[in-house]
Amino acid sequence: MVNTKVTLSGWTLDNPLIPASGTFGFGKEFAELWDINMLGSFSFKGTTLEPRFGNPTPRIAECTAGMINAVGLQNPGIHHVIEHELPEMKKYFHKKVVANISGFSIDEYVECCRLIDKEDQVGIIEVNVSCPNVHGGGMAFGTSPENAAAVTKAVKAVTTKPVYIKLSPNVTDIVAVAKACEAAGADGLSLINTMLGMRIDLKTKKPVIANTMGGFSGPAIFPVALRMVYQVARAVNIPIIGMGGVATAEDVIEMMLAGATAVQIGAQNLVDPFVCPKIINELPEVMQKYGISSLEEIIGGAWK
Amino acid sequence: MKFTIKEQRKLTSTVYFMRLEGDTTGISKTGQFVQIQLPGFYLRRPISINDWTCGENGTLDLIYKVVGHGTEAMKLLPDGTELDLLIGLGNGYNIDGDEKKPLLIGGGVGVPPLYALCKALIAQGKQPSVVLGFNTASEVFWKDEFEALGVPVTVTTADGTMGVKGFVTSAMDGDFDYVYTCGPEPMFKAVYKVLDEKGISGQFSFEERMACGFGVCMGCSCKTKYGNKRICKDGPVLVKEEIIW
Repeated sequence: MVNTKVTLSGWTLDNPLIPASGTFGFGKEFAELWDINMLGSFSFKGTTLEPRFGNPTPRIAECTAGMINAVGLQNPGIHHVIEHELPEMKKYFHKKVVANISGFSIDEYVECCRLIDKEDQVGIIEVNVSCPNVHGGGMAFGTSPENAAAVTKAVKAVTTKPVYIKLSPNVTDIVAVAKACEAAGADGLSLINTMLGMRIDLKTKKPVIANTMGGFSGPAIFPVALRMVYQVARAVNIPIIGMGGVATAEDVIEMMLAGATAVQIGAQNLVDPFVCPKIINELPEVMQKYGISSLEEIIGGAWK
Repeated sequence: MKFTIKEQRKLTSTVYFMRLEGDTTGISKTGQFVQIQLPGFYLRRPISINDWTCGENGTLDLIYKVVGHGTEAMKLLPDGTELDLLIGLGNGYNIDGDEKKPLLIGGGVGVPPLYALCKALIAQGKQPSVVLGFNTASEVFWKDEFEALGVPVTVTTADGTMGVKGFVTSAMDGDFDYVYTCGPEPMFKAVYKVLDEKGISGQFSFEERMACGFGVCMGCSCKTKYGNKRICKDGPVLVKEEIIW
């Protein structure tokens, strides 16, 4: 018998699998396909204070072993999420959820975190300072250690829930941003968000994405994500949720060896809606194959 | 869901017919679509359902146009190839209305889903007629199949090389009380305008670049008078009254 349990800031998950924000909605579409209670948890669609429609279409472009999205944080707003999505979610998901929060000002992050703090269904708050698809928000906070620290400090003051800051890979030194967040009181870190990319249509000779650029994700970015998790894990003493191109049980184990305590699955949910149950079912066998009896024991095993 | 290719055949220089076999019980309405996983490509390809027979060993007919690397590879797949499909996606056409003489208007590669729709309308005892619009005679396909259903079929070609010269709107002077349509957006706008003038309603099946196809990625969102909708999940069929151009 193998042990797949992991613990994030005192919150124990049955397994490390967490579908990533923006690839799982509020869970309903997947709950129609399989019992999503088998997940460790999931991170709900990035939510802002006000409802947002997002960017013009086309928002999607295909790449080799990956894709670009420029959705632009389409969401119904925090009030709608609290009043409608969370009560609805209770019907089909009986575990705590990761609340993914985004914003365009420190005040907006603070207000969203203050509101979501009261919700028992929320296990941890994942503060997204790394969305590449909106102007004047998201990534603008995550690309400088000072700004990321300022957001961290401000939201920590209004919530008792663990705060995980979701970091951008689109920086020269992700370790500096990570350390600044840790020093400002972050309980954990999520990394990586998508990498800024683009495609050009040879027929029209113009960018495929209406917003020109977007966030590149999928198996192609796995080695970059793994490297960043490894670098950050060695430099901080708070738990990391690792993500970026994870598509198999083997990838999950590799991410944990690099230093992740839990692992998010993003783009792969969009091409294979059954990838999460598949990985959860395969994990025990793959663990046995590599002589792993407890996942918790392998965290950071590549450098410890 | 695993499906096996039974047959592929060329309909025009760029349009192909593919018959697959597999469990089609997940398809509930005409106008729905499938998402096909192609070997070597990351995202699935959304393709409208041309026709199907319901069953665990049902047949699924698709007609697709070769527009890029994915469909270029798809046309070369040999019979017997196993493919992974998500099926029964989208809302499909709602045929519960009380119209008696619906007009089905297809433009180019928007023609295929109207075929199963036409059969369903006939089975309801309605009297559909069909307008198929193409650029030129060499691009015309599925005319004979519609005619075999015993319904009036008008072909329009922009250059006049077959049927009525002009666009589909040139053939919208007949007797009809509702419209079901699928095709390119410029055609939609022209059809919408004619319907507005005649005070007739209809359903429009839209196309958009999408990733998941089942409503979670928000890649294919659009604004409607009834709020934001996802083309893949809340569509692809929108009713005339909700469309914002």
